Amino acid sequence: MSTIASRIHHDEGISDTNLYKIREDFPILSRKVHGQPLVYLDNAATAQKPQVVIDAIKQHYASNNANIHRGVHLLSQSATEAYEASRITVQRFLNAADPSEIVFVRGATEAINLVAQTYGRKHIGAGDEIILSEMEHHSNIVPWQMLCEEKGARLRIAPINDDGELILDQFEKLLNSRTKFVSIIHVSNALGTVNPIGKLVEMAHGWNVPVLVDGAQAVVHGKVDVRALDCDFYVFSGHKLYGPTGIGVLYGKHDLLDAMPPYQGGGDMIRSVTFAKTTYNDLPYKFEAGTPHVAGAVGLGSAIDYVNAIGLEEIAAHEDELLVYGTEALQSVPGLRLIGTAKEKASVLSFVMKGIHPHDIGTILDRQGIAIRTGHHCTQPLMQRLGIPATARASLAVYNTRAEIDALVTGIYKVKEVFD
Amino acid sequence: MSDMMSDLGDLYQEVILEHSKHPRNFRVMETANRKAEGYNPLCGDHFTVFVEVDDDTIRDISFQGSGCAISKASASIMSQALKSKTTAQAGDLFNKFHGVVTGRDKNEVDGLGKLAAFAGVAEFPARVKCATLAWHTLQAALLEKQIASTE
Repeated sequence: MSTIASRIHHDEGISDTNLYKIREDFPILSRKVHGQPLVYLDNAATAQKPQVVIDAIKQHYASNNANIHRGVHLLSQSATEAYEASRITVQRFLNAADPSEIVFVRGATEAINLVAQTYGRKHIGAGDEIILSEMEHHSNIVPWQMLCEEKGARLRIAPINDDGELILDQFEKLLNSRTKFVSIIHVSNALGTVNPIGKLVEMAHGWNVPVLVDGAQAVVHGKVDVRALDCDFYVFSGHKLYGPTGIGVLYGKHDLLDAMPPYQGGGDMIRSVTFAKTTYNDLPYKFEAGTPHVAGAVGLGSAIDYVNAIGLEEIAAHEDELLVYGTEALQSVPGLRLIGTAKEKASVLSFVMKGIHPHDIGTILDRQGIAIRTGHHCTQPLMQRLGIPATARASLAVYNTRAEIDALVTGIYKVKEVFD
Repeated sequence: MSDMMSDLGDLYQEVILEHSKHPRNFRVMETANRKAEGYNPLCGDHFTVFVEVDDDTIRDISFQGSGCAISKASASIMSQALKSKTTAQAGDLFNKFHGVVTGRDKNEVDGLGKLAAFAGVAEFPARVKCATLAWHTLQAALLEKQIASTE
Protein backbone atom coordinates (compact mmCIF):
# COMPACT_ATOMS: atom_id res chain seq x y z
CA MET A 1 0.00 0.00 0.00
CA SER A 2 0.94 3.59 -0.38
CA THR A 3 3.26 5.29 2.01
CA ILE A 4 0.47 7.78 2.50
CA ALA A 5 -1.68 5.36 4.51
CA SER A 6 0.41 5.75 7.59
CA ARG A 7 0.48 9.53 7.37
CA ILE A 8 -3.20 10.29 7.23
CA HIS A 9 -5.77 9.78 9.92
CA HIS A 10 -8.94 8.96 8.08
CA ASP A 11 -11.26 10.83 10.40
CA GLU A 12 -9.47 14.15 10.03
CA GLY A 13 -9.89 14.92 6.35
CA ILE A 14 -6.92 16.45 4.54
CA SER A 15 -5.03 18.88 6.73
CA ASP A 16 -2.67 21.45 5.26
CA THR A 17 0.30 19.36 6.36
CA ASN A 18 -1.07 16.28 4.67
CA LEU A 19 -1.95 18.25 1.55
CA TYR A 20 1.66 19.35 1.35
CA LYS A 21 2.75 15.71 1.66
CA ILE A 22 0.26 14.61 -1.00
CA ARG A 23 1.70 17.23 -3.35
CA GLU A 24 5.14 15.75 -2.79
CA ASP A 25 3.80 12.41 -4.03
CA PHE A 26 3.34 13.94 -7.49
CA PRO A 27 6.74 14.68 -9.04
CA ILE A 28 5.34 16.77 -11.90
CA LEU A 29 3.91 19.33 -9.45
CA SER A 30 7.40 20.59 -8.68
CA ARG A 31 8.21 21.50 -12.27
CA LYS A 32 7.99 24.95 -13.74
CA VAL A 33 6.06 26.09 -16.79
CA HIS A 34 7.24 29.20 -18.65
CA GLY A 35 9.47 29.85 -15.64
CA GLN A 36 6.51 29.83 -13.23
CA PRO A 37 5.53 27.15 -10.71
CA LEU A 38 3.01 24.78 -12.32
CA VAL A 39 -0.58 25.32 -11.21
CA TYR A 40 -2.31 22.30 -12.69
CA LEU A 41 -6.06 22.83 -12.96
CA ASP A 42 -6.86 20.55 -15.89
CA ASN A 43 -7.63 17.44 -13.89
CA ALA A 44 -10.89 16.67 -15.65
CA ALA A 45 -8.86 16.18 -18.83
CA THR A 46 -6.31 13.99 -17.10
CA ALA A 47 -4.95 13.84 -13.57
CA GLN A 48 -1.27 13.79 -12.68
CA LYS A 49 0.37 10.57 -11.48
CA PRO A 50 1.79 9.92 -8.03
CA GLN A 51 5.23 8.36 -7.73
CA VAL A 52 3.73 5.05 -6.51
CA VAL A 53 1.88 4.65 -9.82
CA ILE A 54 4.96 5.56 -11.85
CA ASP A 55 6.97 3.08 -9.77
CA ALA A 56 4.40 0.31 -10.17
CA ILE A 57 4.58 0.59 -13.96
CA LYS A 58 8.36 0.81 -13.90
CA GLN A 59 8.63 -2.14 -11.56
CA HIS A 60 6.33 -4.21 -13.77
CA TYR A 61 8.53 -3.71 -16.81
CA ALA A 62 11.78 -3.90 -14.86
CA SER A 63 11.14 -7.12 -13.01
CA ASN A 64 7.76 -8.71 -13.68
CA ASN A 65 7.11 -8.42 -17.42
CA ALA A 66 5.78 -11.40 -19.36
CA ASN A 67 2.66 -12.21 -21.33
CA ILE A 68 -0.25 -13.30 -19.20
CA HIS A 69 -2.65 -16.26 -19.12
CA ARG A 70 -0.43 -18.51 -21.20
CA GLY A 71 3.00 -19.15 -19.80
CA VAL A 72 3.99 -21.91 -17.44
CA HIS A 73 7.06 -19.95 -16.46
CA LEU A 74 7.30 -17.93 -13.29
CA LEU A 75 7.24 -14.46 -14.84
CA SER A 76 4.09 -15.19 -16.80
CA GLN A 77 2.44 -16.48 -13.66
CA SER A 78 3.43 -13.49 -11.59
CA ALA A 79 2.42 -11.00 -14.33
CA THR A 80 -0.94 -12.81 -14.54
CA GLU A 81 -1.33 -12.58 -10.78
CA ALA A 82 -0.57 -8.85 -10.80
CA TYR A 83 -3.05 -8.26 -13.64
CA GLU A 84 -5.80 -10.27 -11.93
CA ALA A 85 -5.06 -8.65 -8.58
CA SER A 86 -5.80 -5.27 -10.20
CA ARG A 87 -9.10 -6.64 -11.43
CA ILE A 88 -10.03 -7.52 -7.86
CA THR A 89 -8.91 -4.07 -6.72
CA VAL A 90 -11.28 -2.54 -9.29
CA GLN A 91 -14.08 -4.91 -8.30
CA ARG A 92 -13.80 -3.81 -4.68
CA PHE A 93 -13.42 -0.17 -5.69
CA LEU A 94 -16.79 -0.29 -7.49
CA ASN A 95 -18.28 -2.81 -5.06
CA ALA A 96 -19.08 -5.14 -7.98
CA ALA A 97 -20.34 -8.59 -7.03
CA ASP A 98 -17.64 -10.54 -8.84
CA PRO A 99 -14.29 -9.93 -10.59
CA SER A 100 -15.72 -11.48 -13.77
CA GLU A 101 -17.88 -8.35 -14.07
CA ILE A 102 -14.78 -6.19 -14.55
CA VAL A 103 -13.51 -5.94 -18.14
CA PHE A 104 -10.28 -4.07 -18.82
CA VAL A 105 -10.50 -1.78 -21.85
CA ARG A 106 -8.55 1.22 -23.15
CA GLY A 107 -10.77 3.76 -21.47
CA ALA A 108 -14.34 4.93 -20.97
CA THR A 109 -14.70 5.59 -24.69
CA GLU A 110 -13.82 2.03 -25.64
CA ALA A 111 -16.10 0.68 -22.92
CA ILE A 112 -19.09 2.59 -24.34
CA ASN A 113 -18.26 1.47 -27.87
CA LEU A 114 -18.02 -2.10 -26.61
CA VAL A 115 -21.50 -2.01 -25.12
CA ALA A 116 -22.98 -0.24 -28.17
CA GLN A 117 -21.42 -2.74 -30.56
CA THR A 118 -22.32 -5.88 -28.59
CA TYR A 119 -25.36 -5.35 -26.39
CA GLY A 120 -26.59 -2.58 -28.69
CA ARG A 121 -26.29 -4.44 -31.97
CA LYS A 122 -27.95 -7.49 -30.48
CA HIS A 123 -30.88 -5.83 -28.73
CA ILE A 124 -31.56 -2.50 -30.45
CA GLY A 125 -33.39 -2.39 -33.77
CA ALA A 126 -35.41 -0.22 -36.12
CA GLY A 127 -37.75 2.17 -34.35
CA ASP A 128 -36.14 1.59 -30.94
CA GLU A 129 -35.04 4.51 -28.82
CA ILE A 130 -31.91 5.26 -26.79
CA ILE A 131 -32.03 8.02 -24.17
CA LEU A 132 -29.02 10.27 -23.55
CA SER A 133 -28.81 13.66 -21.86
CA GLU A 134 -27.93 17.09 -23.19
CA MET A 135 -24.74 17.14 -21.14
CA GLU A 136 -23.14 14.02 -22.64
CA HIS A 137 -19.52 13.92 -23.72
CA HIS A 138 -19.04 13.06 -27.41
CA SER A 139 -17.85 9.64 -26.29
CA ASN A 140 -21.36 8.92 -25.01
CA ILE A 141 -23.08 10.32 -28.10
CA VAL A 142 -21.21 9.17 -31.18
CA PRO A 143 -21.12 5.39 -30.45
CA TRP A 144 -24.93 5.45 -30.05
CA GLN A 145 -25.37 7.60 -33.14
CA MET A 146 -23.36 5.07 -35.13
CA LEU A 147 -25.56 2.30 -33.79
CA CYS A 148 -28.74 4.24 -34.61
CA GLU A 149 -27.54 4.83 -38.15
CA GLU A 150 -26.87 1.14 -38.63
CA LYS A 151 -30.10 -0.08 -37.06
CA GLY A 152 -32.61 2.65 -37.79
CA ALA A 153 -33.00 3.40 -34.09
CA ARG A 154 -33.14 6.94 -32.74
CA LEU A 155 -31.68 9.04 -29.95
CA ARG A 156 -33.95 10.83 -27.48
CA ILE A 157 -32.24 13.62 -25.55
CA ALA A 158 -33.15 14.42 -21.95
CA PRO A 159 -32.96 18.21 -21.46
CA ILE A 160 -31.20 20.21 -18.74
CA ASN A 161 -32.15 23.47 -17.03
CA ASP A 162 -30.06 26.66 -17.13
CA ASP A 163 -28.10 25.60 -14.04
CA GLY A 164 -26.99 22.51 -15.92
CA GLU A 165 -29.20 20.05 -14.03
CA LEU A 166 -31.05 17.22 -15.69
CA ILE A 167 -34.82 17.85 -15.65
CA LEU A 168 -36.02 14.63 -14.04
CA ASP A 169 -39.66 14.65 -15.06
CA GLN A 170 -38.64 15.34 -18.66
CA PHE A 171 -36.31 12.38 -18.50
CA GLU A 172 -39.09 10.23 -17.12
CA LYS A 173 -41.45 11.33 -19.91
CA LEU A 174 -38.98 10.14 -22.54
CA LEU A 175 -39.19 6.57 -21.26
CA ASN A 176 -41.66 4.41 -23.17
CA SER A 177 -42.10 0.95 -24.63
CA ARG A 178 -39.73 1.76 -27.52
CA THR A 179 -36.92 2.75 -25.13
CA LYS A 180 -34.25 0.06 -25.25
CA PHE A 181 -31.32 1.74 -23.54
CA VAL A 182 -30.30 4.68 -21.36
CA SER A 183 -26.72 5.94 -21.39
CA ILE A 184 -25.92 8.82 -19.09
CA ILE A 185 -23.00 10.69 -17.62
CA HIS A 186 -22.54 10.47 -13.83
CA VAL A 187 -20.60 13.73 -13.38
CA SER A 188 -20.50 16.25 -16.23
CA ASN A 189 -16.94 16.99 -17.37
CA ALA A 190 -17.96 20.42 -18.67
CA LEU A 191 -20.25 21.59 -15.84
CA GLY A 192 -19.47 19.42 -12.83
CA THR A 193 -23.14 18.48 -12.42
CA VAL A 194 -23.65 15.26 -10.46
CA ASN A 195 -26.61 13.35 -11.88
CA PRO A 196 -28.99 11.44 -9.56
CA ILE A 197 -28.06 8.07 -11.04
CA GLY A 198 -29.96 5.99 -8.49
CA LYS A 199 -33.24 7.73 -9.36
CA LEU A 200 -32.62 7.55 -13.12
CA VAL A 201 -31.85 3.83 -12.90
CA GLU A 202 -35.02 3.24 -10.93
CA MET A 203 -37.10 5.08 -13.53
CA ALA A 204 -35.46 3.21 -16.42
CA HIS A 205 -35.80 -0.17 -14.72
CA GLY A 206 -39.50 0.56 -14.35
CA TRP A 207 -39.57 0.07 -18.13
CA ASN A 208 -37.06 -2.81 -18.02
CA VAL A 209 -34.50 -0.58 -19.71
CA PRO A 210 -30.82 -1.12 -18.90
CA VAL A 211 -28.65 1.86 -17.95
CA LEU A 212 -25.00 2.56 -18.74
CA VAL A 213 -23.32 5.15 -16.54
CA ASP A 214 -20.30 7.09 -17.83
CA GLY A 215 -18.30 7.48 -14.65
CA ALA A 216 -15.12 8.93 -16.16
CA GLN A 217 -15.38 12.05 -13.98
CA ALA A 218 -17.23 10.48 -11.07
CA VAL A 219 -14.94 7.77 -9.71
CA VAL A 220 -12.30 10.28 -8.74
CA HIS A 221 -14.64 12.54 -6.73
CA GLY A 222 -16.34 10.08 -4.41
CA LYS A 223 -17.25 6.52 -3.60
CA VAL A 224 -19.11 4.71 -6.39
CA ASP A 225 -21.08 1.59 -5.49
CA VAL A 226 -22.46 -0.05 -8.63
CA ARG A 227 -24.69 -2.38 -6.63
CA ALA A 228 -26.23 0.46 -4.65
CA LEU A 229 -26.77 2.42 -7.89
CA ASP A 230 -28.10 -0.78 -9.47
CA CYS A 231 -26.80 0.41 -12.87
CA ASP A 232 -26.29 -2.25 -15.52
CA PHE A 233 -23.01 -0.94 -16.90
CA TYR A 234 -20.49 1.48 -15.43
CA VAL A 235 -17.42 2.74 -17.29
CA PHE A 236 -14.38 4.81 -16.38
CA SER A 237 -10.83 5.64 -17.51
CA GLY A 238 -7.73 5.06 -15.41
CA HIS A 239 -5.94 8.27 -16.33
CA LYS A 240 -8.46 10.59 -14.66
CA LEU A 241 -8.03 8.57 -11.47
CA TYR A 242 -4.27 9.25 -11.12
CA GLY A 243 -3.59 6.09 -13.14
CA PRO A 244 -1.97 5.57 -16.53
CA THR A 245 -3.52 6.39 -19.92
CA GLY A 246 -4.67 3.55 -22.15
CA ILE A 247 -6.43 1.57 -19.44
CA GLY A 248 -10.04 1.75 -18.37
CA VAL A 249 -12.84 -0.35 -17.04
CA LEU A 250 -16.18 -1.69 -18.15
CA TYR A 251 -18.31 -3.00 -15.32
CA GLY A 252 -21.38 -4.97 -16.38
CA LYS A 253 -23.83 -7.12 -14.50
CA HIS A 254 -22.78 -10.72 -14.97
CA ASP A 255 -25.91 -11.97 -16.72
CA LEU A 256 -25.91 -9.08 -19.19
CA LEU A 257 -22.22 -9.48 -20.06
CA ASP A 258 -22.64 -13.24 -20.32
CA ALA A 259 -25.45 -12.93 -22.87
CA MET A 260 -23.58 -10.38 -24.99
CA PRO A 261 -21.68 -11.40 -28.13
CA PRO A 262 -17.93 -10.74 -28.08
CA TYR A 263 -16.53 -7.34 -29.14
CA GLN A 264 -13.22 -8.11 -30.81
CA GLY A 265 -12.00 -11.53 -31.87
CA GLY A 266 -8.50 -12.81 -31.22
CA GLY A 267 -6.34 -14.60 -28.73
CA ASP A 268 -7.30 -14.91 -25.07
CA MET A 269 -11.02 -14.44 -25.75
CA ILE A 270 -11.45 -18.01 -27.02
CA ARG A 271 -11.82 -21.41 -25.43
CA SER A 272 -11.15 -23.39 -28.58
CA VAL A 273 -10.67 -22.54 -32.23
CA THR A 274 -11.11 -24.66 -35.34
CA PHE A 275 -11.69 -23.32 -38.82
CA ALA A 276 -15.22 -24.62 -38.50
CA LYS A 277 -16.10 -23.05 -35.16
CA THR A 278 -14.77 -21.04 -32.26
CA THR A 279 -16.13 -21.23 -28.73
CA TYR A 280 -15.59 -18.18 -26.59
CA ASN A 281 -13.92 -17.87 -23.26
CA ASP A 282 -15.66 -17.13 -19.97
CA LEU A 283 -16.16 -13.66 -18.56
CA PRO A 284 -14.39 -11.34 -18.49
CA TYR A 285 -11.85 -12.80 -20.94
CA LYS A 286 -14.47 -13.05 -23.70
CA PHE A 287 -14.12 -9.26 -23.98
CA GLU A 288 -10.35 -9.04 -23.68
CA ALA A 289 -9.02 -10.13 -27.06
CA GLY A 290 -5.27 -9.96 -27.57
CA THR A 291 -2.55 -9.13 -25.09
CA PRO A 292 -4.06 -6.54 -22.76
CA HIS A 293 -2.38 -3.46 -21.28
CA VAL A 294 -0.91 -5.39 -18.36
CA ALA A 295 1.28 -2.56 -17.08
CA GLY A 296 -1.70 -0.21 -17.38
CA ALA A 297 -3.87 -2.49 -15.26
CA VAL A 298 -1.10 -2.77 -12.69
CA GLY A 299 -0.73 1.02 -12.65
CA LEU A 300 -4.48 1.46 -12.28
CA GLY A 301 -4.54 -0.96 -9.35
CA SER A 302 -1.80 1.06 -7.73
CA ALA A 303 -3.69 4.33 -8.35
CA ILE A 304 -6.80 2.90 -6.68
CA ASP A 305 -4.70 1.77 -3.72
CA TYR A 306 -3.37 5.31 -3.56
CA VAL A 307 -6.77 7.04 -3.46
CA ASN A 308 -8.10 4.42 -1.04
CA ALA A 309 -5.19 5.13 1.28
CA ILE A 310 -6.05 8.83 1.36
CA GLY A 311 -9.74 7.99 1.49
CA LEU A 312 -12.34 8.86 -1.11
CA GLU A 313 -14.45 10.69 1.45
CA GLU A 314 -11.48 12.79 2.50
CA ILE A 315 -10.72 13.55 -1.15
CA ALA A 316 -14.35 14.50 -1.78
CA ALA A 317 -14.41 16.73 1.31
CA HIS A 318 -11.20 18.47 0.24
CA GLU A 319 -12.45 19.02 -3.31
CA ASP A 320 -15.83 20.27 -2.08
CA GLU A 321 -14.11 22.78 0.15
CA LEU A 322 -11.97 23.96 -2.78
CA LEU A 323 -15.05 24.14 -4.98
CA VAL A 324 -16.83 26.42 -2.51
CA TYR A 325 -13.72 28.56 -2.13
CA GLY A 326 -13.16 28.70 -5.90
CA THR A 327 -16.80 29.45 -6.67
CA GLU A 328 -16.76 32.45 -4.35
CA ALA A 329 -13.40 33.62 -5.61
CA LEU A 330 -14.39 33.45 -9.27
CA GLN A 331 -17.79 35.01 -8.69
CA SER A 332 -16.04 38.05 -7.24
CA VAL A 333 -14.33 38.75 -10.59
CA PRO A 334 -16.29 41.39 -12.53
CA GLY A 335 -17.43 40.22 -15.96
CA LEU A 336 -16.91 36.54 -15.15
CA ARG A 337 -19.85 34.14 -15.33
CA LEU A 338 -19.78 30.57 -14.03
CA ILE A 339 -21.26 27.98 -16.38
CA GLY A 340 -22.79 25.08 -14.48
CA THR A 341 -24.32 25.98 -11.16
CA ALA A 342 -26.03 22.72 -10.22
CA LYS A 343 -26.82 22.16 -6.55
CA GLU A 344 -25.05 18.78 -6.70
CA LYS A 345 -21.72 19.56 -8.22
CA ALA A 346 -18.19 18.14 -8.39
CA SER A 347 -15.05 20.28 -8.42
CA VAL A 348 -15.31 21.76 -11.90
CA LEU A 349 -15.26 25.54 -12.42
CA SER A 350 -16.33 26.31 -15.97
CA PHE A 351 -16.60 29.98 -16.83
CA VAL A 352 -16.80 32.61 -19.54
CA MET A 353 -15.68 36.24 -19.45
CA LYS A 354 -17.37 39.19 -21.06
CA GLY A 355 -15.62 40.13 -24.30
CA ILE A 356 -12.75 37.67 -23.85
CA HIS A 357 -12.67 34.35 -25.64
CA PRO A 358 -11.75 31.28 -23.53
CA HIS A 359 -8.85 30.48 -25.84
CA ASP A 360 -7.23 33.81 -25.01
CA ILE A 361 -7.84 33.24 -21.30
CA GLY A 362 -6.09 29.87 -21.63
CA THR A 363 -3.03 31.29 -23.36
CA ILE A 364 -2.54 34.12 -20.89
CA LEU A 365 -2.98 31.81 -17.88
CA ASP A 366 -0.57 29.30 -19.42
CA ARG A 367 2.17 31.93 -19.55
CA GLN A 368 1.67 32.29 -15.80
CA GLY A 369 2.13 28.55 -15.31
CA ILE A 370 -1.59 27.90 -14.88
CA ALA A 371 -2.97 24.98 -16.90
CA ILE A 372 -6.69 25.04 -17.57
CA ARG A 373 -8.78 23.63 -20.38
CA THR A 374 -10.49 25.87 -22.91
CA GLY A 375 -12.89 24.90 -25.65
CA HIS A 376 -16.05 22.86 -25.97
CA HIS A 377 -14.81 20.00 -23.75
CA CYS A 378 -16.03 17.43 -26.28
CA THR A 379 -19.59 18.52 -25.48
CA GLN A 380 -20.61 20.51 -28.55
CA PRO A 381 -24.36 19.81 -28.15
CA LEU A 382 -24.14 21.08 -24.56
CA MET A 383 -22.37 24.26 -25.70
CA GLN A 384 -25.14 24.77 -28.30
CA ARG A 385 -27.78 24.29 -25.59
CA LEU A 386 -26.04 26.91 -23.42
CA GLY A 387 -25.57 29.25 -26.37
CA ILE A 388 -21.82 29.61 -25.97
CA PRO A 389 -19.01 28.44 -28.27
CA ALA A 390 -16.67 27.41 -25.49
CA THR A 391 -15.76 27.84 -21.84
CA ALA A 392 -12.61 28.10 -19.79
CA ARG A 393 -12.52 25.31 -17.23
CA ALA A 394 -10.53 24.86 -14.04
CA SER A 395 -10.99 21.36 -12.62
CA LEU A 396 -9.66 20.46 -9.19
CA ALA A 397 -8.02 17.36 -7.77
CA VAL A 398 -6.80 16.06 -4.43
CA TYR A 399 -3.48 17.92 -4.67
CA ASN A 400 -4.89 21.36 -5.47
CA THR A 401 -4.74 24.13 -2.90
CA ARG A 402 -6.46 27.38 -2.01
CA ALA A 403 -3.24 29.15 -2.96
CA GLU A 404 -3.64 27.75 -6.47
CA ILE A 405 -7.18 29.11 -6.67
CA ASP A 406 -5.77 32.47 -5.58
CA ALA A 407 -3.16 32.17 -8.36
CA LEU A 408 -5.97 31.46 -10.83
CA VAL A 409 -7.84 34.57 -9.75
CA THR A 410 -4.69 36.71 -9.95
CA GLY A 411 -4.09 35.20 -13.39
CA ILE A 412 -7.59 36.08 -14.50
CA TYR A 413 -7.03 39.69 -13.47
CA LYS A 414 -3.92 39.60 -15.65
CA VAL A 415 -6.13 38.44 -18.53
CA LYS A 416 -8.40 41.42 -17.93
CA GLU A 417 -5.36 43.70 -17.85
CA VAL A 418 -4.30 42.53 -21.32
CA PHE A 419 -7.77 43.06 -22.75
CA ASP A 420 -8.98 46.18 -20.96
CA MET B 1 7.50 37.56 -14.83
CA SER B 2 8.67 40.29 -17.17
CA ASP B 3 9.52 37.72 -19.89
CA MET B 4 6.09 36.28 -19.55
CA MET B 5 4.44 39.66 -19.95
CA SER B 6 6.66 40.63 -22.86
CA ASP B 7 5.81 37.40 -24.72
CA LEU B 8 2.15 38.10 -24.13
CA GLY B 9 2.66 41.67 -25.26
CA ASP B 10 4.20 40.34 -28.48
CA LEU B 11 1.14 38.16 -29.03
CA TYR B 12 -1.55 40.59 -28.02
CA GLN B 13 -0.24 43.65 -29.89
CA GLU B 14 -2.34 46.78 -29.62
CA VAL B 15 -3.40 46.52 -33.25
CA ILE B 16 -4.56 42.93 -32.72
CA LEU B 17 -6.59 43.79 -29.63
CA GLU B 18 -8.11 46.77 -31.39
CA HIS B 19 -9.19 44.71 -34.43
CA SER B 20 -10.55 41.93 -32.22
CA LYS B 21 -12.76 44.40 -30.41
CA HIS B 22 -13.75 46.34 -33.51
CA PRO B 23 -13.41 44.00 -36.47
CA ARG B 24 -13.45 45.62 -39.92
CA ASN B 25 -15.51 44.23 -42.81
CA PHE B 26 -17.45 42.23 -40.26
CA ARG B 27 -20.63 41.69 -42.26
CA VAL B 28 -22.51 39.34 -44.52
CA MET B 29 -21.92 40.20 -48.18
CA GLU B 30 -24.93 39.65 -50.39
CA THR B 31 -22.96 40.24 -53.58
CA ALA B 32 -20.27 37.67 -52.78
CA ASN B 33 -19.57 35.18 -55.56
CA ARG B 34 -17.20 33.13 -53.37
CA LYS B 35 -17.93 32.02 -49.82
CA ALA B 36 -16.60 29.39 -47.42
CA GLU B 37 -16.95 28.41 -43.80
CA GLY B 38 -13.89 27.89 -41.64
CA TYR B 39 -13.95 25.89 -38.49
CA ASN B 40 -11.44 24.98 -35.82
CA PRO B 41 -12.95 21.90 -34.15
CA LEU B 42 -10.49 22.12 -31.25
CA CYS B 43 -11.62 25.48 -29.92
CA GLY B 44 -14.91 26.05 -31.71
CA ASP B 45 -13.77 29.09 -33.73
CA HIS B 46 -16.11 29.45 -36.64
CA PHE B 47 -16.01 32.01 -39.46
CA THR B 48 -17.58 32.56 -42.85
CA VAL B 49 -15.49 34.48 -45.36
CA PHE B 50 -17.27 36.25 -48.24
CA VAL B 51 -15.43 37.38 -51.37
CA GLU B 52 -16.43 39.17 -54.49
CA VAL B 53 -13.97 38.19 -57.19
CA ASP B 54 -13.95 39.81 -60.59
CA ASP B 55 -11.33 39.14 -63.24
CA ASP B 56 -9.10 37.37 -60.69
CA THR B 57 -9.18 40.43 -58.48
CA ILE B 58 -10.67 40.60 -54.98
CA ARG B 59 -13.12 43.50 -55.30
CA ASP B 60 -14.58 43.07 -51.84
CA ILE B 61 -14.04 40.79 -48.87
CA SER B 62 -15.84 40.42 -45.55
CA PHE B 63 -16.38 37.90 -42.76
CA GLN B 64 -18.76 36.83 -40.02
CA GLY B 65 -18.53 34.46 -37.09
CA SER B 66 -17.01 34.01 -33.69
CA GLY B 67 -13.61 33.17 -32.36
CA CYS B 68 -10.75 34.23 -30.14
CA ALA B 69 -8.99 37.58 -30.34
CA ILE B 70 -6.23 36.21 -32.57
CA SER B 71 -8.53 34.57 -35.12
CA LYS B 72 -10.90 37.51 -35.24
CA ALA B 73 -8.16 40.11 -35.60
CA SER B 74 -6.48 38.00 -38.23
CA ALA B 75 -9.68 37.83 -40.27
CA SER B 76 -10.20 41.57 -39.88
CA ILE B 77 -6.68 42.58 -40.87
CA MET B 78 -6.66 40.06 -43.71
CA SER B 79 -9.83 41.58 -45.11
CA GLN B 80 -8.22 45.02 -45.16
CA ALA B 81 -4.98 43.76 -46.66
CA LEU B 82 -6.56 41.89 -49.55
CA LYS B 83 -8.99 44.39 -51.00
CA SER B 84 -8.15 44.99 -54.69
CA LYS B 85 -5.38 42.41 -54.63
CA THR B 86 -5.32 39.71 -57.29
CA THR B 87 -5.95 36.17 -56.13
CA ALA B 88 -2.31 35.36 -56.97
CA GLN B 89 -1.12 38.23 -54.77
CA ALA B 90 -3.40 36.99 -52.00
CA GLY B 91 -1.81 33.53 -52.28
CA ASP B 92 1.70 35.02 -52.06
CA LEU B 93 0.73 37.08 -49.03
CA PHE B 94 -0.72 34.03 -47.25
CA ASN B 95 2.45 32.11 -47.95
CA LYS B 96 4.53 34.89 -46.45
CA PHE B 97 2.16 35.34 -43.48
CA HIS B 98 2.22 31.59 -42.86
CA GLY B 99 6.01 31.61 -42.79
CA VAL B 100 6.01 34.37 -40.19
CA VAL B 101 3.37 32.97 -37.82
CA THR B 102 4.76 29.44 -37.88
CA GLY B 103 8.28 30.76 -37.30
CA ARG B 104 9.51 29.26 -40.59
CA ASP B 105 10.56 32.70 -41.90
CA LYS B 106 10.14 34.54 -38.68
CA ASN B 107 11.78 37.80 -39.72
CA GLU B 108 10.45 38.02 -43.27
CA VAL B 109 7.92 40.68 -42.39
CA ASP B 110 8.70 43.08 -45.27
CA GLY B 111 5.59 43.91 -47.27
CA LEU B 112 3.27 42.43 -44.66
CA GLY B 113 2.13 45.79 -43.32
CA LYS B 114 -0.23 45.39 -40.37
CA LEU B 115 -0.09 41.62 -40.78
CA ALA B 116 3.41 41.78 -39.30
CA ALA B 117 1.70 42.26 -35.92
CA PHE B 118 1.11 38.51 -35.89
CA ALA B 119 4.85 37.68 -35.76
CA GLY B 120 4.47 37.07 -32.01
CA VAL B 121 2.24 34.06 -32.72
CA ALA B 122 5.34 32.04 -33.61
CA GLU B 123 6.14 31.86 -29.87
CA PHE B 124 2.70 30.32 -29.23
CA PRO B 125 2.49 27.18 -31.38
CA ALA B 126 -0.99 26.36 -30.07
CA ARG B 127 -2.26 29.62 -31.55
CA VAL B 128 -0.95 29.30 -35.13
CA LYS B 129 -4.26 27.77 -36.20
CA CYS B 130 -6.11 30.77 -34.79
CA ALA B 131 -4.00 33.15 -36.85
CA THR B 132 -4.40 31.15 -40.06
CA LEU B 133 -8.07 30.10 -39.84
CA ALA B 134 -9.41 33.04 -41.86
CA TRP B 135 -6.70 32.56 -44.48
CA HIS B 136 -7.45 28.86 -44.89
CA THR B 137 -11.10 29.80 -45.21
CA LEU B 138 -10.32 32.40 -47.83
CA GLN B 139 -8.28 29.84 -49.74
CA ALA B 140 -11.22 27.42 -49.64
CA ALA B 141 -13.54 30.17 -50.88
CA LEU B 142 -11.23 31.05 -53.78
CA LEU B 143 -10.94 27.37 -54.68
CA GLU B 144 -14.73 27.22 -54.42
CA LYS B 145 -14.69 24.66 -51.65
CA GLN B 146 -17.48 25.12 -49.12
CA ILE B 147 -15.70 24.22 -45.91
CA ALA B 148 -12.24 24.77 -44.50
CA SER B 149 -10.99 23.12 -41.37
CA THR B 150 -7.79 23.55 -39.45
CA GLU B 151 -7.82 19.83 -38.60
